[in-house]
Amino acid sequence: MATTAEATFVKPRKRRRSGLSERRLAAAMVSPSLIVILIVAAYPIIYAIWLSLHQYSVIHPGLSRWVGLDNYKDAVTSSSFWSAVKTTFVFTIISVSLELVIGMGMALLMHAAFFGRSVLRAVVLVPWAILTVGTAIMWRSIVAPDVGFFNQVLKALHLPGANTVWLAHNGYALAVMIFADVWKTAPFMALLLLAGLQVIPSDLYDAAKVDGATAWQRFVRITLPLLKPAILIALIFRTLDALRIFDLPYVLTRGSNGTTTLSLYAYQQLTDNRLIGPGSALSVLTFIIVMAVSLLYIRLAGDNLRTMAAES
Amino acid sequence: MSSQAVARGPARMRTRTRAQAGRRRTLRNQVLLWVGVVATILFCLFPFYWIINTSLKTGAELSQGSLFPHHPTLDNYSSIFQNSDFTTALRTSLIDAGAATLIALSIGSFAAYALARLRFPRKFLILAIVLSISTFPPIAIAAPLFKLWTDIGLYNTYLGLILPFLTFVLPLTIYILTSFFREIPKELEEAALVDGATHFQAFRKVVLPLAAPGLVTAGLLAFIFAWNEFLLSITLTSDPSRRPVSAAIAFFTGSSQFQIPIGTISAATVTITVPLIVLVVIFQKRIVAGLTAGALKG
Repeated sequence: MATTAEATFVKPRKRRRSGLSERRLAAAMVSPSLIVILIVAAYPIIYAIWLSLHQYSVIHPGLSRWVGLDNYKDAVTSSSFWSAVKTTFVFTIISVSLELVIGMGMALLMHAAFFGRSVLRAVVLVPWAILTVGTAIMWRSIVAPDVGFFNQVLKALHLPGANTVWLAHNGYALAVMIFADVWKTAPFMALLLLAGLQVIPSDLYDAAKVDGATAWQRFVRITLPLLKPAILIALIFRTLDALRIFDLPYVLTRGSNGTTTLSLYAYQQLTDNRLIGPGSALSVLTFIIVMAVSLLYIRLAGDNLRTMAAES
Repeated sequence: MSSQAVARGPARMRTRTRAQAGRRRTLRNQVLLWVGVVATILFCLFPFYWIINTSLKTGAELSQGSLFPHHPTLDNYSSIFQNSDFTTALRTSLIDAGAATLIALSIGSFAAYALARLRFPRKFLILAIVLSISTFPPIAIAAPLFKLWTDIGLYNTYLGLILPFLTFVLPLTIYILTSFFREIPKELEEAALVDGATHFQAFRKVVLPLAAPGLVTAGLLAFIFAWNEFLLSITLTSDPSRRPVSAAIAFFTGSSQFQIPIGTISAATVTITVPLIVLVVIFQKRIVAGLTAGALKG
């Protein structure tokens, strides 16, 4: 992409006309967005790093002193930090994997269901359109003890666990959180994958059928390889979202019972405990982790795209 | 190609048995397909049905957890609309999300046009900055903005949320619009340029009107994302008069302190969700196009 952009740029083509030159027009058109981004994103991040290198007095607001990397040292030596890291990654890995599998199922279904497709496409957008806070409230009421739908079903079927307070147990609470996230975002995954499926030429499948390939073989040998770019994009989007998750655990459990994610932990330190220095250090660490994972993905995706380009 | 031809020979000889087996298989596949379709519909819609069901119940019925409301009532809805905190929050969300969307569309469309069409140095760098901003975890900007906003008086204001909403709304808009602008045939602009129009005139008079569907898509998605935002909303506001609706329902406490608020919370959730669902279903094609924009071009 970089090379093509530069290549088109070097191409010498003199245009004589009134108005701004192309370069200056581009600068003028891009700068408002860049200025806004600098003010609301770049500056706060730098300020967060600055804050994280200080200790602030809880009693005397405004009083601070330079402590260097102490806040970071405290963070990485505390068990709460590592348990938040673990929760965040367990949540991310399980929910994104489930979303990929379920999303793939839904996408194949939508692709195959000729008459149901438009209905399905509208239906799967419903979970996506519901506020995350609303989703959390909804699942909280579904798994509520006694009156919740889930326990009612267990009771009716005489299954064990009908009296369990799901959100009050380690493990179950995280499972509810994962399920709520899968419910809300698997459809999004499905739509991205469906768009990928629709551009695979159908004669490839016809040829494979004539050659006697089974449905599974067709899926593994044709669908998956050709769908790889769409899968990668969907995975990047979802992974980065999952690593930042905040609203679900906040509304479901306020982070109790093993559901404190990195964002939530940093938030609690910042607002509930008013620890601006350590809280900022945690925010910066969260930022670094998310950035590192996205760079990793871009590397992976980059290699993949290059090999695909080489093959074609 | 040759393997196909080889495979066709024996296939023709066994046509009858194959056809019968095939018919049985297609029937089985059809049944499986419809089971899958129904399962997907239930999976997606049931939880939402459950919260509608809860929102239509009051008093003792709320604690029975039945599948249908036996005495459906709109009491919860009338109570949330009498709650000024909720109606104020609705208005705040409309203002915040609406303003963020409009600002992002106006300045984002300029940037997107430059990125899609104009030749200038460091284009890739700018695109990379825009995309990387959209991966920022909001927690990383929440603390510094909280401190900054309290210092300069933007805490508890509309602008105090509109600006940070732009961190994710603006990259999204630029991203979607860039891919829409790229799809507009270049010839149309070139014709305008040949006729003596400037680049900016070509953008305003030729490209922008053609990109109207793209603007609708980007606007809808931007609005939905801003309407959804939660972390910055609860960090940068505390006053109910400036709290958007996502923050308000998380701290909802019913119309009287003795009432179990699950009925009213459900009604509030349904109320703020239904308009979005209606919008999304009406514009489903455009939204899907926006969500998948660029995703397939690598």
